[in-house]
Formats: sequence, structure tokens, C-alpha cells
Amino acid sequence: MADPATLAEESKHNGGGSHGSSSGAHPSGAGQPPLQAAGRLGAGIARAGGRALDAGRSVAGAALGKLVDRAREALTADLDDRDPDYIRENLPLSWLAATLWYRAEVRNMGNVPEDGPVLLVGNHSGGNMAPEVIILPLAFSTFFGVERPFYQLAHNLVLASPVGPFLRRYGTMAASHEHATRALEAGAAVLVFPGGDWEVHRPSWERHKVDLAGRKGWVKLALANDVPIVPVVTVGGQETALFLSRGGWLAKLSGADKYLRLKVIPISIALPWGLNVGDLLGHIPLPAKITIEVLAPIDLREQFGPEPDIDEVYEHVTGIMQDALSGLAAERRFPVIG
Amino acid sequence: MRLNQSIVIAAPPKLVWDYITDPANVLHYMSGVTRWEVVGEQRTGLGARYRMLIKVGSAEVGGLIEVVEFTNERDMAWSSVTGVDQRGRWRVRELGPDRTRVELRFAYGVAGSGLVGYLSELVAAPGLGTHMRRSLQQLKRQVENQRLREVAERRRAEREGATA
Repeated sequence: MADPATLAEESKHNGGGSHGSSSGAHPSGAGQPPLQAAGRLGAGIARAGGRALDAGRSVAGAALGKLVDRAREALTADLDDRDPDYIRENLPLSWLAATLWYRAEVRNMGNVPEDGPVLLVGNHSGGNMAPEVIILPLAFSTFFGVERPFYQLAHNLVLASPVGPFLRRYGTMAASHEHATRALEAGAAVLVFPGGDWEVHRPSWERHKVDLAGRKGWVKLALANDVPIVPVVTVGGQETALFLSRGGWLAKLSGADKYLRLKVIPISIALPWGLNVGDLLGHIPLPAKITIEVLAPIDLREQFGPEPDIDEVYEHVTGIMQDALSGLAAERRFPVIG
Repeated sequence: MRLNQSIVIAAPPKLVWDYITDPANVLHYMSGVTRWEVVGEQRTGLGARYRMLIKVGSAEVGGLIEVVEFTNERDMAWSSVTGVDQRGRWRVRELGPDRTRVELRFAYGVAGSGLVGYLSELVAAPGLGTHMRRSLQQLKRQVENQRLREVAERRRAEREGATA
């Protein structure tokens, strides 16, 4: 709240300055009534202008402050924001989208350990309308029940967007080591897409490639909390539009990589826009068949010893994810149709 | 949404009843059911609890259910404790010697889900109806096979008794 207050204070001083200068005109015009009148009129106009400016600045400052507050609030992680009743009441909506639109198939959800904290690591596809974001939480909630806490890590911008408040009720949190640790310590299952914006906007011709962009925070997270990793692989998401380029050069040129943590400004051909730059408003995804396979859980210390090598774990997990994705891709006969 | 299917089985009610109330048999005849596990000490009867899942569209749906009515060789009803709301009932009625009518009723939904919930119930109905029909057909086949095996066993025992 300090920001809008400071702005409002500054605008007051600015308005006062214009008033002061008009007062200063009065002595110099003494003994010259027409000039005095003109001076008073000028001072009045200046005061009115100053007040209008004050009001304008205050409104702008307050609005900006509200936006900043809202964004800050969206990026915090209160585990209580997840609302099991809300999720339960909205299961039919997710189920309709998954069943009718995506003809989704989720295999081996039983590979997720029955209870306790677990880190689900998935590949990410489909731009800002990634289908697995709907299908995986649905499959998890119907399989284990909405009573089992399940959180998903998402990009800051997603949570700061207008859909952020709804997503928070589903258990979506701003992606950070601290937030994920808090959820895992509470015994929850946490879903992370390490490839994030880099992977989700990859070109359509790389649709059968797992590309976590060398991000290894999830390995450190699993080791620090001593929780098993369950890799999850999705195929079909990159066929929901024609993704042409990540537009990394555009992100650098515009400064979005620095200020918004956006490494990409994707360029695609998507409904209803045609040429879609940025995908900020989302798009209507094509009804591509989505298949998700949950792979066997990996206990890192059991498999790699008491002090696992981060790079080795990363290579191993991304390797088995790629094998599974290639297997799912081989089952597909046609794009979109599946 | 409530669905209802029935079938006539050439076997006495006791055989049908014993078959459907044994949780070990459920995965053998219930179409679409991917999990049916006993929760707690009690395997069957009033108060028995099961963790179950059935494939409906894109999801495996279910939860914890509890047997809330158990009238021997006649009625068994269950209700959901967690998960999607559901109520189910087996009605077993004798039609004559070695003829039993078996009815399976299933009601489901999500309280508070409104119009979208109703729409999803409509969309799910044909698939669930197919599961129920297949389940009854598989139940009929398995129970009648068991009946034939029992009759054959008895005849064999009688023949062996006669030759002895």
C-alpha cells in the first residue's frame, strides 16, 4: 500500500507547487489591477489544473497499487486457498472438457503412491491452453478423491491473470522452491512442469520431444524433501494449434525476459485469432486426442545412492520420459485425431 | 441420474447372492470397474466398506462406499462416503426353480454442480448403461457356468457312488 500513498503524496506536492507559483505572481503584480485579475484567474486555473492532476495521479496510483497488491497476493502460497468442495463441484466441468473435447485417456494413475508427499514431474504442451492442466488434476481428484491434497506449480503470470483466483482454489501455486516445500512438508502431492513456458510453446514439429530446458530445480526439491518422483508424460497437446516459434528473440527485444520472467513470446496459428502472437488471451484449442501416461515412481536415494548426482538424475528421468513419450507418439496415427 | 438394468439368470437366488456379495468376484464380472478393495476388517454384509473406481469417459471415478442395506438373498444397497455421489442396489428375486431375476440400480451425480453437473450425468449415462448391461451379462455367464459345474460335480459324484 506504500506505493499508491507515495504517489498520491507526490501529486499533492506537485499541485501545491503550481499554487505557490501563482501566489508568487501576486506581489509582483501589485498596483496593476488588470494584471492582478489575470494573475488571480491564472492562479485559479492552475489550482483547478493541479487538483485535476492530483485526482488523476491519485486514481492512477491507487489503481497501480491495487494491481501490484493483487499480483503480490497472487504470488503468495497459502495452502488453505485450495478448496476441495469447489474442486468437487467443478469435477463435472473438467470431466466434460476432458471426455468430449480431448477424448482424454489417463493411464496408470495407480503408479502414484497411495499416500504421502510425492512430486509429479510432467512435460508441458499446448501453449497457454495446456490440456494436461485440466486433465491431470481431474484424473488425480477422481482417482484419489478431492480429500487428498494436490497442488500444481504455475508461472507467476498465470496466477496474476484474471483466472488466477480460480486456479488457486484448485491448488495452483506460484512456482517456487519455498511454496513446493511447504506443500510437500504438509504431505501433499505436487505437480510441476519444469519446462514451463519454454517447453509449452515449442514448435509443433517438436511435439514428441521432452524439453525441460535443463531446469533441475525439481531434482533438488525432491532430494531436499526426500520424496519420490513420479514422471508424467502427455502426448497430443502440441497439436491443439500450429505452434510456429517460441519467439525467444521477441522476448529479449521487448525486455519481457527481464521484467516478466518470460523467456518466450510465442507465435502460433490458432483459433480464433489466426496469427497469434504472445497467446496472452489464450486460444480455442483444437480437439486433439490427449493421452497421459503416469510412469512408475522413482525413489532417488534408493536408485542413485545417499547423495545422488543432480545431472545424472535429470538425464535419467528425462530419458525415461522421452522413451515413454516416443512410445505414446508411435501409437498415434494422425495428428489431432490421435 | 438413475440407471436400471436387469437380467434373468438360470440359477437359484442363493448362488447369485453368494456370487455378488463376495468382493473377490467383483472385478471378474463388473465391467469398467478397475478397483474394488475391502476397507477395514469386514469383507461383506451391512457396514462393509470398499474403495472402488469405475472408468467413466476420461476418468476413473469412485471413492469409498459403504453397504447400507443387506437383506439376505434379496437386497444389497450401497452409498458413497467419499468421492462422486452414488447409490447402488442389487435386487435378487426368485422367479421359479433355478430362475432368478437380478436387477442392478445405480444413481450418481455431484451435489452442487448445477446445470453442468446434470449435463455431465446425461453424457455419462450411455457409457455407464453399457457397463451395467455387460456386468449383468458377465454375471449371468459366470453364475450359470458355476451352476453347471456344480450340477456336473453332483452327477459325477452320483455316478461314482453308483459304480462303487
